[in-house]
Amino acid sequence: MGEANGGAAGMRTALYESHMGLGGRMVPFAGWEMPVQYAGILAEANAVRSKGGIFDVSHMGRIYVSGAQATELMEWIQTGRIGNLRIGRARYSLICDEAGGIMDDTVSYRLEEDRYLLICNASNRPAVVEWLERWRRERYSQTTLEDVTTDTVMIAVQGPDAASLVDGMSGDSPSSLRFFASMEAAVLGRSAFVGRTGYTGEDGFEIVSDARDGADLWKALHEGGMAPCGLGARDVLRLEAGLPLHGSDIDLTTTPLEAGLGRFVRLGKEFAGSEALRRQKEEGVERSLVGLFSEGRSIPRHDYSILSEGKSVGRITSGSYSPTLDRNIAMGYVQTRLSEEGQSLQIDIRGRPTGAMVTSLPFYKRK
Amino acid sequence: MNPRDRKYSKEHEWALVDGSGLVVVGITDYAQDQLGDVVYVELPNAGTEVEQFGKMGEIESVKAVSDIFAPVGGQVVEVNGELEGQPELVNDDPTGGGWMVKVGPENADVEMANLMSAEEYESFLESEAH
Repeated sequence: MGEANGGAAGMRTALYESHMGLGGRMVPFAGWEMPVQYAGILAEANAVRSKGGIFDVSHMGRIYVSGAQATELMEWIQTGRIGNLRIGRARYSLICDEAGGIMDDTVSYRLEEDRYLLICNASNRPAVVEWLERWRRERYSQTTLEDVTTDTVMIAVQGPDAASLVDGMSGDSPSSLRFFASMEAAVLGRSAFVGRTGYTGEDGFEIVSDARDGADLWKALHEGGMAPCGLGARDVLRLEAGLPLHGSDIDLTTTPLEAGLGRFVRLGKEFAGSEALRRQKEEGVERSLVGLFSEGRSIPRHDYSILSEGKSVGRITSGSYSPTLDRNIAMGYVQTRLSEEGQSLQIDIRGRPTGAMVTSLPFYKRK
Repeated sequence: MNPRDRKYSKEHEWALVDGSGLVVVGITDYAQDQLGDVVYVELPNAGTEVEQFGKMGEIESVKAVSDIFAPVGGQVVEVNGELEGQPELVNDDPTGGGWMVKVGPENADVEMANLMSAEEYESFLESEAH
């Protein structure tokens, strides 16, 4: 698996055969061949909201950071506080470059006092590994980095039925975990790492196991009632939940403060990008990422202009039809003076100015 | 899978001459499969004149938006109102209940001859895939 299949076709996860067997439509994504859909994007998204679904997220980076200076290294590259994270808990945080631009958004699980599991986006894995390596070499040499992405699988099990199903597959009661907590658990009698995390706005888990156990785990979850879901449904669900996608809504040219992610930034500590972000905090941001409801049936899509009084005041970064809300939703950057909830704007949908209104995020919050 | 009773365009529309001489227009099963879940179909109003191979509307799926081209020219005489509330008909029944418009053709004999038979369309799909 993995790199052995490199080249134009892309890397394959250990679940490739499972996807083919279920009729998954494979597309190139961040150097991998991943399923974009099985039954259909809307059916899959609805399944996750009503019962549950499974996603192969094995393409995402999984890197162990350990050693006497692991915490110092993590603290330096993360915008959020890492040192106060309790063992068995996780934190969403950003990695910025020294200009404060967002290199990636990540989840860090503290496994032991001096050991972390860092989850990064597939497309950013090379850059994140290089960044970690650089700071390890320059400042935090008593650190070991271990990229286990291609040796393991990661399956996201998301939806209201996820907890009871996963409990039934493990004697360790994964449902006792709080949100953003994790445990080592026996799942189907084999050792796995289970985090109560996800990217859909639903309750659920992300399970990491040895690549060789992946297909059995996937099959058991599917037979347990979880709908196989592709990247298409994942994108719709995360947008409904107001979660940004790196490469679309956030990137090196945007900062956490512009992206409305200031709550994941601790400006009181020193980290890569902290000086630039403190300066930006003082000066204020000129543009802000907002949620938008748009009128009409046409979907606002990535890169469409946002207009006010006929002039361009920003750009759409993500947009979709929302099956859960049955209306069109989008995120985009607008001039900060126009970013208040209720602000009326237009979106240039292929030459047609279409009414839109700034709304608070998330669009969808589970009860 | 592509009904033999009609003609096909390279833009993946089908055109069927019905009993009253009108040309019924829709998109092919291949096209709906490529688009995925259709959420909106924007069609011309009845009375609109369309030209053969000219743009006559747009179809939006969750993934993408595509133009719809008229496989024959003439006046749109009827629009499938069902698609307003049930755009998924295009996915579920593209060559039946998912029809889009009926056109009163100006020059049906010549224009229908510009289109492909089902067999030719299938060869065309195969050549596109390579």
